Amino acid sequence: MTTTVEVPGGTSRGRRVRAGLLLQRQGALFALVLLLAFGAARYGSNFATGYNLSSFTGDTAKYGLVALGMTFVIMTGGIDLSVGSVAALGGVVAIKVSEHGLLPGLLAGVAAGAAVGALNGVLITRLKLQPFIVTLATLLAVRGLALNLAGARASVAAPGGFQKLGNWSLLGLPVAAEAMFLAFLLGAAALHFTPWGRQVLAIGGNVDAARLMGLPVARTTFSVYLLSGALAGCAGVFLGSQNGSVDTAAGLGWELTAIAAVVVGGTLLTGGVGSVLSTLVGVLLLQLIFNLIVFENGEGSITISSYWESVIRGAFLLVVVLLQVRLVRRRNATGRTT
Amino acid sequence: MQGINKSFVGVPALREAHFEVAHGEVHALIGQNGAGKSTLIKVLTGVYAKDSGHIEFDGREVAFPSPHAAQLAGLSTIYQEVNLVPFRSVAENVFLNREPKRFGLIDWGRMNREASALLHRLDINVDVTRPIYEYSIATQQMTALARALSTEAKLVIMDEPTSALAEQEVQTLFRVIRQLKSEGISVVFVSHRLDELYAVCDRVTVMRDGRTIEVRPMSDISRYELVSKMLGRELAEELSHRRADDGGAVPDRRPVLEATDLRRGRALDGVSLSIRSGEIVGLAGLLGSGRSETARAIFGADPPDSGTVAIDGTPLHLRSPKDAVAHKIGFAPEDRKTEGIIPQLSVRENLTLALLPHLRRHGIVDGRRQAETVDRFITAIGIKCSSPDQPIRELSGGNQQKVLLARWLCTNPKLLILDEPTRGIDVGAKRDIQVLIRQLADEGLAVLLISSELEEIIADSDRVVTLRDGRSVAELTGDQISEDALMQAMATGAAADDAGPDGTSSGSRA
Repeated sequence: MTTTVEVPGGTSRGRRVRAGLLLQRQGALFALVLLLAFGAARYGSNFATGYNLSSFTGDTAKYGLVALGMTFVIMTGGIDLSVGSVAALGGVVAIKVSEHGLLPGLLAGVAAGAAVGALNGVLITRLKLQPFIVTLATLLAVRGLALNLAGARASVAAPGGFQKLGNWSLLGLPVAAEAMFLAFLLGAAALHFTPWGRQVLAIGGNVDAARLMGLPVARTTFSVYLLSGALAGCAGVFLGSQNGSVDTAAGLGWELTAIAAVVVGGTLLTGGVGSVLSTLVGVLLLQLIFNLIVFENGEGSITISSYWESVIRGAFLLVVVLLQVRLVRRRNATGRTT
Repeated sequence: MQGINKSFVGVPALREAHFEVAHGEVHALIGQNGAGKSTLIKVLTGVYAKDSGHIEFDGREVAFPSPHAAQLAGLSTIYQEVNLVPFRSVAENVFLNREPKRFGLIDWGRMNREASALLHRLDINVDVTRPIYEYSIATQQMTALARALSTEAKLVIMDEPTSALAEQEVQTLFRVIRQLKSEGISVVFVSHRLDELYAVCDRVTVMRDGRTIEVRPMSDISRYELVSKMLGRELAEELSHRRADDGGAVPDRRPVLEATDLRRGRALDGVSLSIRSGEIVGLAGLLGSGRSETARAIFGADPPDSGTVAIDGTPLHLRSPKDAVAHKIGFAPEDRKTEGIIPQLSVRENLTLALLPHLRRHGIVDGRRQAETVDRFITAIGIKCSSPDQPIRELSGGNQQKVLLARWLCTNPKLLILDEPTRGIDVGAKRDIQVLIRQLADEGLAVLLISSELEEIIADSDRVVTLRDGRSVAELTGDQISEDALMQAMATGAAADDAGPDGTSSGSRA
């Protein structure tokens, strides 16, 4: 009996695809390292201070948590547009409840986010509505809800434990940043080492196959929206505690920052392929661009309007998406049968 | 399964169907497309819920609420379309949802080892950590099989498992089926290829119109009987060999298409062929010999690097399908689902897609003329649909193919390229399409027919051009066309063809 031995990627095309994959996966990391080196070289000790590191990571933590939830949602082939509004709601709720103590406030903020996530999940899995539409609706509705709760103006936290949460630090890093790093580590482990993580990717890769393989498609899909909501709520809690207040513009546009970070991290928008830690790199990279612009202005030699920040981020996103599209085309080319 | 009924939006798909498989039996399930085979399987495996009837599995009454429940009970299914997750590794595709674990976490080492071992049993040695999309369809099919085997199934259902496999792989599959049988595992085998049924099955259940028509031991029923049970009518006489009558007249006509020395990358290495009006030219060759590539080159979808394509004696540079359509060439591609039909659109819209620019009046589609055209073709070529506004996805494969043919015919082409026009179509509709193609040729259309079924090429073609490794190596006319001669031509100039290296590895594939 003859044996079939198949070696993929033996062709030069296969090697190019793999080189493309590597670039796509690690491109953001290369860029991050480059920019860090650039910053350290140009701004010297000011840039590499503990203070800058701590304020940078503390600020980034909020976006990071939202982007982590978004990563899992996008891996299933879905999208969660509601995260910015959910963060605002989480912040307002946390501030209201924090009058009764720090822990209840924190839990209530996360729970409020999880509740919206659960609603998204139910609408998407039970009523089979498009994630885009469902989360667009909750984006609008939840922001209104948050503003109502806050009395349509900034919700200010009573001075005390809640405000301290935002300023606490452990081993030189803000608690928020540590929470983010921990969440990403747990997320990466869950993706790689639990059946749940593999199901998330399988659903995004081919939902029909996943269903026919007997995977719990509805339950897993529900869980990613629940997780995304809870993490957005948690981000809102940190926002509220760092600023001591949540204003009407809180969380505006966060969903787009999060999606950009996920995509820059190399997760395919169509689902099925992605990496959790790369999203972390993506978030850090996008925030670092902002940080560098602040420093550049601080040098005083030239003045870059902070509006350019968006332009640069946008350009970045385009480059990454272009790489992804080329990769998918190559995949189709190699996958074609006679 | 007893007295199973199932309707979709009022249309009955199963009517009092019954089906029974014994322990350790290989049972064939056959019927035309739309006979209810797939529905029956899906009802059994929990994809659909039955309207009424009884299902017993292993002595107990069951009604699986989901495919997962059916799997847990020991019932595995390999579906016709490969259902795997493309970006995930081979090992993951085998073990998704049943990953071996250590301390609650996935044990990747063990998972990869076990997947390798399972595939080794199927004579497939691949790197199981690579994503599945990097491998050939055959390997993917075997991966699906490995998944089914790893579930400790008591009954394995295979829905047309061989349609993507090369001969050698089919033999491996048969060996595995016999092995399963010896272990007391039952197999349900769905296939359109009668040879395969006789080779491996013990009994056969024939379905037609949602009913169970016949249950017989395989050794007890002749091919003729089997086909006539499936069709529900006595077979009409074989396709008449009309080329014998017309053959003399055809060569005098001028060629519609003359392709000379087409080359493109490694896929095409010098293909020459010509087609006259009213002639059906068959394009034969093994998998990977460049048949589809030739068609795509002529149609401008993948323009050749060198070589000329002349239409009516004028050399042209067709750089895109749009150019080809402008020169009255039509192309019905091999893969209907992804390249041909637009599933959500109606029969009417699918049929007139290519014609829309001509149906315009003041920039708007002329509904009346569109309706006229559609009605004319629906009657002329016998498309079975409830109305022109029925979505095309609800039609059977054969009728979808007819709509695709009609789409090109209404543009009044000179040359029609048909890539595997009858693949995946049941016997009855297949004959309809073959007869239709012959009629069209008689009316003056030039046809380039690509098929991997030798009988189809032999029965339909006036002339056959054989490709080998991207080169046209032989041309046979009239009485020269025979199975022997064709196989000889496909093997010309090659050393060991009997092992069938073509198509078994994606690396060598053009």
